[in-house]
Amino acid sequence: MALPLHATTSERIWHYTFLTICVLIFGFLIIPILVIIPLSFNAQPYFSFTPEMIAFDPAGYSTKWYETFFNDSNWQAAVRNSIVIAIFSTIISTFLGTLAALGLSQKDFPFKTTVMGLLISPMIVPLIISATGMFFFYAKVNLLGTHIGVILAHAALATPFVVITVTATLTGFDHSLTRAAANLGSSPTNTFFRITVPLITPGVISGALFAFITSFDEVVVVLFVGSVNQRTIPWAMFSGIREEISPTILAVATLLICFSIVLLFMVELLRRRNERLRGITPY
Amino acid sequence: MAQSNTTDLKTADGISLKLSLQRSLRRKKRNALLLVTPLFLFIIITFIIPIAYMLVRSVDNGITAEILPTTVPLLAKWDPLLGETPDEDVYKAFIVDGKVAAKAKTINRLGKRLNYEKSGISSLFRKTGRKLRKLEPEKLTTSHKDALIKIDKKWGQVETWEVIHRESGPYTKSYFLSAVDMEYDANGIQWKEEDSRIYLNLFKRTLWLSFLITFLTVLLGYPIAYLLATLKTSTSNLLIILVLLPFWTSLLVRTSSWIALLQKEGVINDFLFAIGLISDDGRLAMIHNQMGTVVAMTHILLPFMILPLFSVMKTINPSYVRAARSMGATSFTAFRRVYFPNTIAGIGAGGILVFILSIGYYITPALVGGTKGTLISNFIAYHISGSLNWGLAAALGTLLLLLVVALYILYDKIVGIDNMKLG
Repeated sequence: MALPLHATTSERIWHYTFLTICVLIFGFLIIPILVIIPLSFNAQPYFSFTPEMIAFDPAGYSTKWYETFFNDSNWQAAVRNSIVIAIFSTIISTFLGTLAALGLSQKDFPFKTTVMGLLISPMIVPLIISATGMFFFYAKVNLLGTHIGVILAHAALATPFVVITVTATLTGFDHSLTRAAANLGSSPTNTFFRITVPLITPGVISGALFAFITSFDEVVVVLFVGSVNQRTIPWAMFSGIREEISPTILAVATLLICFSIVLLFMVELLRRRNERLRGITPY
Repeated sequence: MAQSNTTDLKTADGISLKLSLQRSLRRKKRNALLLVTPLFLFIIITFIIPIAYMLVRSVDNGITAEILPTTVPLLAKWDPLLGETPDEDVYKAFIVDGKVAAKAKTINRLGKRLNYEKSGISSLFRKTGRKLRKLEPEKLTTSHKDALIKIDKKWGQVETWEVIHRESGPYTKSYFLSAVDMEYDANGIQWKEEDSRIYLNLFKRTLWLSFLITFLTVLLGYPIAYLLATLKTSTSNLLIILVLLPFWTSLLVRTSSWIALLQKEGVINDFLFAIGLISDDGRLAMIHNQMGTVVAMTHILLPFMILPLFSVMKTINPSYVRAARSMGATSFTAFRRVYFPNTIAGIGAGGILVFILSIGYYITPALVGGTKGTLISNFIAYHISGSLNWGLAAALGTLLLLLVVALYILYDKIVGIDNMKLG
């Protein structure tokens, strides 16, 4: 991408214009996220920068919205609900999804495309339709307003991510390793646990992270299928934005951004480890 | 053990090799199917069946037969086209059923349901229910027909009975008709009046806004994907974090940050006011309207366009463009005729993905769309929790689902389901 020495003037002008455009678009992508962080320390209950904040006057900043968040029982209940629901749905979806991916990646799986399409359909169908369907059905089987109902719903929504990630990992899997193990006398179970599992673990963990974030961040299905007892963090934020818009929302948002950064970091680490193990180095 | 005739080959335990191989292949296939079965069943139960149930609800109409069990079969024999009200036995059966329903308090449910067909029926049923509770059929001096008409003269009108007659079957088309702005009329199925036509406009608005959002994501995403694909890998790995971080950030966080930025007292308006570009009364209304929806959703869906485009662009060999330049093309021509055509598959893949995602969006339009920027999904939600017209919600949902399935088939033809990768 570097400007070659023989570039004409018009090419130079275009090159720098192009870079400027890219900087602006990157700004569009990242500034909305970064702007929340200082706003959450606003001493006044406004959603904008006060003159004291711009002058970096310490009186304009305060951590009181964070204190409100940690001390408020509604918010803490929402945190507990979010974590519990996300953990259980991640366990279910990772388990089922990994098994399915292992089955799908065998050679000559019958009707592979159709089955694959069916298994990832929760990801394709718009969330509102899934939520509507689940609402009607759960109303009939009395699962509305229960933790189990929400966990099952989230697990259904999260499995496609696990299936896709683990299938992608398995496409590069060298099946001759399992044949070599069988040749050397290993039983199928032994081969599975000592050869296959260590090799697919990064992919499975990646899928589990996707599943976790899908459930943690999900709000439409929870709104329809859950009751107030299952209020999760996104639901609390949704009602908060609709009703009072207090800057506590911004404090929660900043905490969630930090959480996303941690998750992003973990996924990147796994991806690089995966590439390194397969001999593709980024450098 | 090897003999020249392959049909005589045997494995170590004496079975023919061919048979042994077939058995082990069958076993492998069976094991593969067994591995997939748990998830398959799980998805069927927790996802497919609910959606199928929604499809059923969009045409389900058992309520009339449930609440008026003896009236419905008698009414079925009546022909509304003859222009006369039903016979005495229908009225008699209706009074019987009506008394039961009024006591069980279910009569208002039926009234509400039939009110979707013809307004006024809800209040008619409520009033009739109240009066029927006190009525004693054995002590009637007049015919049942006259007694009912005395309660309300609408019972003497053909139109009232026509609606009940039409909606007494187990299935109904009326929810779907409403969903496409049609209704039953004296002349059969007609378009609704101009001012009541909301859903087709809503579908049009949803499709148009989604198209606009897709176009904007292509416009903004293409340069970024190009930059990331052509830079050195180490630099692009760092810059891609600027794309992945929004992707991994919670949807509500991104939406609330746009509210903070775009509101009348928000960051952007404050900034423009501070540098003197606008006056205090002239603050831009950038949110709670269509602009808010478009801007926020473009931001949210941009990573979904950049990532597929990026992976397609990475596969383009840079020497193609160099070859074109060496044969005399200007850099623009080389781009237009060599590079760009190779990226069209990526644009198609990302575009359809963004489009499918945006027509089904609920949260962002609900929070930043105001009244003009809401999409079809907001109305589906309104009918579920607000107006409680579940049949209409199901019908709208079914139409949306059909649209998405059609787009998905298109996506499959262009990209292929097996080729989806994440991260």
